[in-house]
Amino acid sequence: MFRTIQNKLICTFGNIMTDLIKKPFNVKEIREQFPALRQKIYGKNLVYFDNGATSQKPQIVLDAINLFYSKENANIHRGVHYMSQKATTEYEASRIRIQKYLNAKKSEEIIFTKGATDSINLVASSYGELLQAGDEIIISAMEHHSNIVPWQMLCIRKGLVLRVAPINKKGELLMEEFDQLLSKKTKLVAITHISNTLGTINPVKEIIQKAHAVGAKVLIDGAQSIQHIKVDVRDLDCDFFVFSSHKVFGPTGIGVLYGKEDLLDRMPPYQGGGDMISKVTFERTTYNELPFKFEAGTPHIAGGICLGTAFEFLESLDMVAAEKHERELAKYAEDILDTFEGLHIIGEAKNKTSVVSFTVDGLHPFDLGTLLDKQGIAVRTGHHCTQPLMDFFKIPGTVRASFAFYNTKQEIDLFVEAFEKSLFMLK
Amino acid sequence: MTIEEKQQEIIEEFNVFDDWMEKYEYIIDLGKDLPIINENYKTEDRLIEGCQSRVWLHSEYKESVMEYTADSDAIITKGIIGLLIQVMNKETPESILKTDLHFIKDIGLQEHLSPTRANGLVGMVKKMKTEALKYINQ
Ligand SMILES: Cc1ncc(COP(=O)(O)O)c(C=O)c1O
Repeated sequence: MFRTIQNKLICTFGNIMTDLIKKPFNVKEIREQFPALRQKIYGKNLVYFDNGATSQKPQIVLDAINLFYSKENANIHRGVHYMSQKATTEYEASRIRIQKYLNAKKSEEIIFTKGATDSINLVASSYGELLQAGDEIIISAMEHHSNIVPWQMLCIRKGLVLRVAPINKKGELLMEEFDQLLSKKTKLVAITHISNTLGTINPVKEIIQKAHAVGAKVLIDGAQSIQHIKVDVRDLDCDFFVFSSHKVFGPTGIGVLYGKEDLLDRMPPYQGGGDMISKVTFERTTYNELPFKFEAGTPHIAGGICLGTAFEFLESLDMVAAEKHERELAKYAEDILDTFEGLHIIGEAKNKTSVVSFTVDGLHPFDLGTLLDKQGIAVRTGHHCTQPLMDFFKIPGTVRASFAFYNTKQEIDLFVEAFEKSLFMLK
Repeated sequence: MTIEEKQQEIIEEFNVFDDWMEKYEYIIDLGKDLPIINENYKTEDRLIEGCQSRVWLHSEYKESVMEYTADSDAIITKGIIGLLIQVMNKETPESILKTDLHFIKDIGLQEHLSPTRANGLVGMVKKMKTEALKYINQ
């Protein structure tokens, strides 16, 4: 009794503490923490606007990676020696940190994976085993290939039906059409929280409520949301939430699958191997408990620990102010780009994040991207792994500038200058 | 001129450029100027699909040499196609197969011929050679 009260006190106090240590949002100070931003590319100051593809890493994460491999490297969950114990403790502490950040009920609900793609494949393979021929899965027209292909493969394997919720020309989900696709046959809705190509923020809370009303589960692809907006999986009430560490200021090669405990408990293991077992004989193997049931083999230990460090960084940040800054950047860029004749912003949802995708009449995105690159500007061009979405807009691709909170208006000015020069050269 | 001499000529031409933008201005102009392919030849079987830009390549074997025409939807890709054709056109299949296209690297454009660039050019060079292979020893 006394202990729980004490724990509660520590928790509450902890929250107050983290609120207190949040510094006021200051771009200049934040930029200083990202060494990758301070470099020259082809002799020009780097302007990094490809945050949708991956984010740069703060010094605190770089230090953590270095520290782990210099001093703490050991295998986890299997050693009695000091270093193994320490690495295990840190790996599990990271899981708890992520659990708290997402407001998941239990740390057992946080599964470490290789990334968003791996998390989705895990659900498709494992939750997919619980589905039967004729069952339906709904995705949307703006999904990343990672949230299309695993479901297509599952549908072929199990005889399921894949339905696609349409969007309008602004890049917003058509909710009435979505409602009509929902039925008792719907077993899963797998939808992106934020579109990587358009920036659209989908009304996932409403989608989740509606899907639950027909008894369907919901997977939210959070690959583009967790770095921009506060995510609370219990408030959303999603059944699965996936994301990649590398887009949220952590290392590559690691990511997370959040799943509700009862659901994860019912799902068969994904891959077999060490760590995921309870007891192995040649006749029969019993499986380990959550979360280890889904974590076969030696995991990306440094990745898991340092993803925790990335969340420590996020916790120190005033996310509300950071998001406001990002939206201001997007608005600033869009207002300038809008003045260019023949330029079309692709993705004009009312509710969107700091992604600015566009095409220019008569110009190929590849050409623009190549010339911008030579002027030190890193943007992404092409279909952004959303080919069906490009087909919908009848374009081969877009130029996409995706901003993070460490970007600035001055950088947008440099981008616009380089863009004008590129236009002049290409026209 | 041999293929090697043509490569040297391009390298010298590029030597006068001071910076990237000048190089690209030249490539873009090449791309704009080139009447590269007969529209009827823009067919599926002549298409080399890059992830970012697409290339069409048509080849003919005439009087013991290869003749190539090609096109792309991206102008920079088209300009580089222009350079590749300048070097490989009207050459015998034997010399085309033997050629090491080092000039691309020498003028600093190797990224365009790297498989990660996904602009269809790697596939195009491969196809120029496999087409030449068909006519070897004829
Ligand atoms: C919306 C969305 N989903 C999924 C992914 C896949 O992430 P990863 O390649 O890190 O597994 C991405 C990455 O581009 C994405 O933007």
